[in-house]
Amino acid sequence: MAVTGAIITLIGSLFLFLGSLGLVRMPDLYNRMQTGTKATTLGSILFLSGLAISQSEFINIDKTIVLILFIVFTNPISSHALARASHFIGIPLTEKTTVDRLAEDEGKE
Amino acid sequence: MANLLLNISACIALAAIILSLVRLIKGPTAADRTVALDTMTIVSISLIVFIAVLTRRIIYYDVAMVYALLSFIGVVAIARYLERGL
Amino acid sequence: MQQLKRCFLSFVFFFGLWVLLTGISDPQEIITGAIIACLASSLFWSSTDLWGEVQINPKAILYALIYPFVFAEALIRANLDVARRVIAPSLPINPGIVKVKTKLKSRIGKLILANSITLTPGTLTVETNGENFYIHWIDVTSPDIEEASHQIVQKFEKYLEVIFG
Repeated sequence: MAVTGAIITLIGSLFLFLGSLGLVRMPDLYNRMQTGTKATTLGSILFLSGLAISQSEFINIDKTIVLILFIVFTNPISSHALARASHFIGIPLTEKTTVDRLAEDEGKE
Repeated sequence: MANLLLNISACIALAAIILSLVRLIKGPTAADRTVALDTMTIVSISLIVFIAVLTRRIIYYDVAMVYALLSFIGVVAIARYLERGL
Repeated sequence: MQQLKRCFLSFVFFFGLWVLLTGISDPQEIITGAIIACLASSLFWSSTDLWGEVQINPKAILYALIYPFVFAEALIRANLDVARRVIAPSLPINPGIVKVKTKLKSRIGKLILANSITLTPGTLTVETNGENFYIHWIDVTSPDIEEASHQIVQKFEKYLEVIFG
């Protein structure tokens, strides 16, 4: 049981690492947001639940659930607010971008 | 075995914090830095819970929860400020 | 009837939060929590009109129990996809902002749909305007409204439509 939880924790930490790696490698703000704040969500869910499984006698399961639910509910709201603000003030998209319907629709009005 | 794996995962999470620090220093705009800070916070929450397990102090859970709450409010406030809405 | 439903749903919400925060250890704590949740939900039912849009019938409850698993499957699949893109040396991304339409009418349904889309890596809700969502997509396969709606929205919409209407 302890080893199973530890392996889940290890997978979670790998997702955390990949999220940060994407944060460094991606070319513009929106793609950084895609990896930076969301690959880390699954990473932290796996990290926390792996800890709860492997060290179940020392851990407070209720608070782990509250923490996971809190991360799941607040993370999309903050990243959505930041993305909307960034598009509003005109932070440019990368040159690889194929289409930007939002800018087209804003230009029409 | 389990302890070794847990220690390795904590080290990988620490490496993730260092990588986001690179983006925090380099980031061309304020929004990039905010994203890097948000990522660092999420990784730090996991590490705080890890320390709570390591030192057997349940009280650190509340620290992690307050940290998550403050980071959420902080990011929303910065977004409103960038939008000239604050 | 509508008021009773709102009252009941806010009671379930407050009581669940109480149980998660205090832990199930002592019957006294449970009873105190039930009384406080009852008071809070009867005081605040008039300002919680979002709950009025939730459907209560066997099919909706079944779909509400299935939805977390559907969401978890989409989350894990999308995470592996984004992880593959991050590791690949050539960085195979094809980003863009597409417009999609949703059939959902209720506000809480749209809220949960937008949050589900944002939490799945690869798609990020940038702006919402009525029934239109503007979504930043890391790999645009088609800029067409119908095709993009089919690929991004439909897997969640099928369940949320039954739960929230």
